[in-house]
Amino acid sequence: MIDSQLLLLQVTLPLIAAPICLLIKSGRACWAIAFIVTISSFSLAAIVFSYVLTYGVLEYNFGGWVAPWGISYRVDIVNGLIALLVSAITTIVLVFARTSVSNEIKNKNQSIFYTAWLLCLAGLLGITVTGDAFNLFVFLEISSLASYVLIAFGQDRRALTASYQYLVMGTIGATFILIGVGLLYAMTGTLNMVDIAARLPQGVTNRTAQTALAFLVVGVGLKLALFPLHLWLPNAYTFAPSAVGAFLAATATKVAIYVLLRFLFTVFGFNFSFEEMPLDLIFVTLGIVAVISASAVAIFQDNVKRMFAYSSVAQIGYMIIGLGLSSKAGLTASILHLFNHAWIKGGIFLALGCVAYKLGSVRLGALAGAGYRMPWTMAAFLLAGLSLIGVPLTAGFISKWYLFEAAIEKDWWLMLIVIVMGSLLSLIYVWRVIEMAYLRRPDHEEEKSEAPLSLLLPTWVLVFASFYFGLDTRLSVGVAHKAAETLIGYSP
Amino acid sequence: MKDNQVLRVVAKIMIPVILLFAFYVQFHGDYGPGGGFQAGVIFAAGPILYGLIFGVERLQSVFTIVSLKILIAAGLLLFAGVGFATVFLGGDYLDYDQLNRDPILGQHLGILLVELGVGITVAAVMITIFIAFAGRQNHR
Repeated sequence: MIDSQLLLLQVTLPLIAAPICLLIKSGRACWAIAFIVTISSFSLAAIVFSYVLTYGVLEYNFGGWVAPWGISYRVDIVNGLIALLVSAITTIVLVFARTSVSNEIKNKNQSIFYTAWLLCLAGLLGITVTGDAFNLFVFLEISSLASYVLIAFGQDRRALTASYQYLVMGTIGATFILIGVGLLYAMTGTLNMVDIAARLPQGVTNRTAQTALAFLVVGVGLKLALFPLHLWLPNAYTFAPSAVGAFLAATATKVAIYVLLRFLFTVFGFNFSFEEMPLDLIFVTLGIVAVISASAVAIFQDNVKRMFAYSSVAQIGYMIIGLGLSSKAGLTASILHLFNHAWIKGGIFLALGCVAYKLGSVRLGALAGAGYRMPWTMAAFLLAGLSLIGVPLTAGFISKWYLFEAAIEKDWWLMLIVIVMGSLLSLIYVWRVIEMAYLRRPDHEEEKSEAPLSLLLPTWVLVFASFYFGLDTRLSVGVAHKAAETLIGYSP
Repeated sequence: MKDNQVLRVVAKIMIPVILLFAFYVQFHGDYGPGGGFQAGVIFAAGPILYGLIFGVERLQSVFTIVSLKILIAAGLLLFAGVGFATVFLGGDYLDYDQLNRDPILGQHLGILLVELGVGITVAAVMITIFIAFAGRQNHR
């Protein structure tokens, strides 16, 4: 038995460290505080996760008020895994941020940068561990507002427009989520998720519940960049500082997908979401369109960061397809891809961050001959790219394999064509970068200029992870399977 | 606008009343409608009115950006600090019963401190936003 206070510290440590960072002038000191806090959040998440793995559920009540009345944190295997993933990747990206941020952001602004970073982390972890629907909305706003600030720190002036675009879209999404939560509250008189689930009328057609579900799906869809609602994402990831792009790509959309899972399975229940409402059909259609169209658009991008931002939209498509298969196997594939993609995309964005650090640009043309000038960086990029395509022995292969199996189980053979086509399209855009980096010589010969070790190390850790989880699937597949079982188990 | 005598005189009469009313809303929030957020906004209305009439520069001689930053952080730290204090005293986060031997007194003290934290941060943020917008010309 562990002390449930650990659950609390996971979120409150970054939250209390944020104002402390605001008061400190030195960027280096702020980084040190942020690093200590993130690494402790990560270790706490690991302890909580190992507890949840053996005992099932860990709860924490705020202010001594018991669950349905007070706000409570509630961690089961699903959000335990997400919290672990988010804090682990944040820790690694933060190591990268030290050098990258001091290169991109003026020293006097660095303390505000790390304040926003910590607030964003507190928000993301809060969304993950909370068991209260309104509390979830509050944390969503904390993390979103902080991420608008983080994106606006980009060097390019277009970062401001990108951030503003995201602000408008994100606020609309948050409003939809709030309306959905409000409708649920009006109907059940409670905000605790498990309690809402118990009080939702079962077996009768309920207009309010249907409307609430519709609002929540659209609202969360905006946050996770579900296909037609993804327009904010490419600009936000492209113009944000390198470390922020990697941080958000690997964590923010993943947390939004978790929110979707939580509402669909825990609150509304499987039968209501997929049998009474035609969400399976909607998800599969949107997912397929996302995979094909976003991958196709990615091929024609000139800015490599933008290319992989579109690729993110496509990868989210895979997760949504898995969800739309509305089976345990499909859900397992979704969670697995969520987990694997975080490492892969994090690795790719960090490699691009190294390129931006040394070459000053991530346009495709600027990468000519980069394979010779920055051998380690481009090797990391190549390996992460292979994993993204889904070559055997990589993490990307594992998650696509499970998606295959889930589709075959449903006899949806057409889905195989979509998945293979998506992989081929990603092969094309990864190849465009590789060709430029290895087969073209720069116009004028330049000597080697490899990124410093402080940037390479975190990049390689993520790349290594995206291979490790392709070989040793005990953690990822085992937990994804259990998580899918837990989610489906909530339904009556 | 400082050339307009009516505005100047009315503002000078109103500002103390606004600030006083803010404190009333703040500390009477336990018993009546009110609380930290509303009080913070009302309090900020005073300095903002002053800034509108006498100019942002004169406002900034009291509310400098540095002091506002400290206030923003201090409010949040007070709130979170009360939470941690209750944890160290052996309860859950923000369990005010722990703050005093008498749990009812503890609840009073807890909500008072937490709302004060909210009030300080909200007021400082409102003034900061006003200065950020109104003071733009001066930064160019």
